[in-house]
Amino acid sequence: MNDSQPSPNSSNEVDEHRRNFIGASAALAGLTVAPGVVVYGLAHAKPDNEPVTNKVRWGMLVDATKCADGCTDCVTACHTENAIQTGALETDPHWIRKVELKDMRTGRSQSLPVMCQHCEDAPCVDVCPTGASFKRADGIVLVDRHICIGCRYCVMACPYKARSFIHETLTDQNPDVPRGKGCVESCTMCVHRVDRGQQPACVEACSKAGHNAIIFGDLNDPTSDIAQRVAGHPTSQLRADLALNPGVRYEGL
Amino acid sequence: MASITFREIEGSSPRYWFLLGFIALFAALGLGAAYYMEHHGHIVTGMNNSIVWGTPHVFAVFLIVAASGALNVASIASVFGKVMYKPLAPLSALLAFSLLMGGLTVLMLDLGRPDRLIIAMTYYNLKSVFAWNVVLYTGFFSIVAVYIWTMMEKKMGGFSKAAGMAAFIWRLILTTGTGSIFGFLVARDAYNSALLAPMFIILSFAYGLAVYLLVLISAYTWSGRPLGDAVLKRLGRLLAVFVAAALYFVFVYHLTNLYFTKQHAVEHFILVSGGIYTTLFWVGQILIGGIVPLIILLNPTLRASRGLLVAACLMVVFGGLAQMYVTIIGGQAFPLDIFPGWEEKSAFFDGVVHHYAPSLPEVLLGLGGLAIALVMVTFGIKILRFMPDSLADAEIDPHAKA
Repeated sequence: MNDSQPSPNSSNEVDEHRRNFIGASAALAGLTVAPGVVVYGLAHAKPDNEPVTNKVRWGMLVDATKCADGCTDCVTACHTENAIQTGALETDPHWIRKVELKDMRTGRSQSLPVMCQHCEDAPCVDVCPTGASFKRADGIVLVDRHICIGCRYCVMACPYKARSFIHETLTDQNPDVPRGKGCVESCTMCVHRVDRGQQPACVEACSKAGHNAIIFGDLNDPTSDIAQRVAGHPTSQLRADLALNPGVRYEGL
Repeated sequence: MASITFREIEGSSPRYWFLLGFIALFAALGLGAAYYMEHHGHIVTGMNNSIVWGTPHVFAVFLIVAASGALNVASIASVFGKVMYKPLAPLSALLAFSLLMGGLTVLMLDLGRPDRLIIAMTYYNLKSVFAWNVVLYTGFFSIVAVYIWTMMEKKMGGFSKAAGMAAFIWRLILTTGTGSIFGFLVARDAYNSALLAPMFIILSFAYGLAVYLLVLISAYTWSGRPLGDAVLKRLGRLLAVFVAAALYFVFVYHLTNLYFTKQHAVEHFILVSGGIYTTLFWVGQILIGGIVPLIILLNPTLRASRGLLVAACLMVVFGGLAQMYVTIIGGQAFPLDIFPGWEEKSAFFDGVVHHYAPSLPEVLLGLGGLAIALVMVTFGIKILRFMPDSLADAEIDPHAKA
């Protein structure tokens, strides 16, 4: 037992101080964290020091009925964002392309963008010998450029022609999007933007053009626009017969 | 059977050194081509983003498949106990080892990042058929090396049968792995078939034996050692069986595809409208690689001619390269059908037949792989006792009627 025990009164004073201090600290901490929490809640931005979580499944929904014939704003935006120089050669890389479709029986035509479909069971991830092709917990399929040996087996395995092999030395790269000769690459769903709470460049460009044909969001969040559209409208997956559960869905196809 | 003496070839004549130098020149050209491709990138090849595996893969896969087949002669001796094949076994194992080395060199040097070989050896995605193959290749080298040791070292002779059995089983798994590289590609119409694995095994029997016969005849003729007709007759007949079996598998593979309506387009492409691929299929693979050698090998008068036997083997090799070209490049040239029922068009060449023309560096790299294998064999038989002094009929089988 401690002899110098404070009187009940002084003890109450100390407790009062403590309570005030803890309260003030909590308020201060709250004030410090709150903007982050609010921003996170609004935009799902992921702080750099937090791991990616599988609570989120990023996806895109392409509404083919809204995709304008001849408009290639999404493609241009992708090229600008990711510093892709492409042309008419078969060796040029393509992360996203507009595909013109014509129904062989009725002659009806349609056009829509095709990019990496960010499959849940991605064949490119399965076949990659070193594990360079990988899927993030939030569903984004990427290539780890440190361990890609350039074997191109993933290009052989992809059912969507979504991957490109880099045939020559690259210049003028975007520091956010490292690329390199001798490696394979594909649409990253603009992961560098998504992690900052922004939308992929193609989605933003399509919206800016007033078409809103591509929407981006969390397929796992039932309140998200994309999840509600996928739940409430008939949508389709490309090569659904392969049962790869792609993160990119199509409407009006 | 008289006791067989194995001896190194002398290999001191100018002719030997000229031969070795000539093959080594091709190996050097291949390495030079690889350096050129690595420096400039694959832009200097005929490959592109639609056809990502080109001529180097044609050579590499052919050599890898032939490697496991070349081991067959040794397997017949050790596993199936055929005495006549015993003297032929060490050369068969050396050839198998060398062909695999040649094929893998090409495969490795054609990577986008060959400098990252160490990553391929240390990072494994165990779901990847490629990763399985890396293990299968290294295992094959080790097992064949041990097998050669048991055949050459008298004290180890007792283990020869066990090592031969292990090598035989391993080579079957290895070629299953090679065939599955394509067979497991679900997205592409030309592949996506379990039949490819057993078909590659049969192909390996034919390719490997044809290469073995060519090496055997050349080595014995040029070193002036006797080579009787008994051995050649036996191996020639065996090659006929393998070539016929390969044709049968090709027939069943296409018949299955022709029955499945969804496969009609790709079959029409390969068999009718595919241009170079159709020509290579019918003329290269079927006629030159199959029917003509079969006629030679099954006709007693024709196969008695050593020149025609060599021609038949060369045709099987050419047919094999044609078959790999049709399978690997033709299979990629046919467009992916992402939207069945729709006509597709895009800036990324959707819905159209893709173009590919082999470039000189690719061909040199491929030939370089073959040259590396031949340098290893040519030098190997000079420094170690892979070849019996004589394969004359009397030595090999006194009762044989050639």
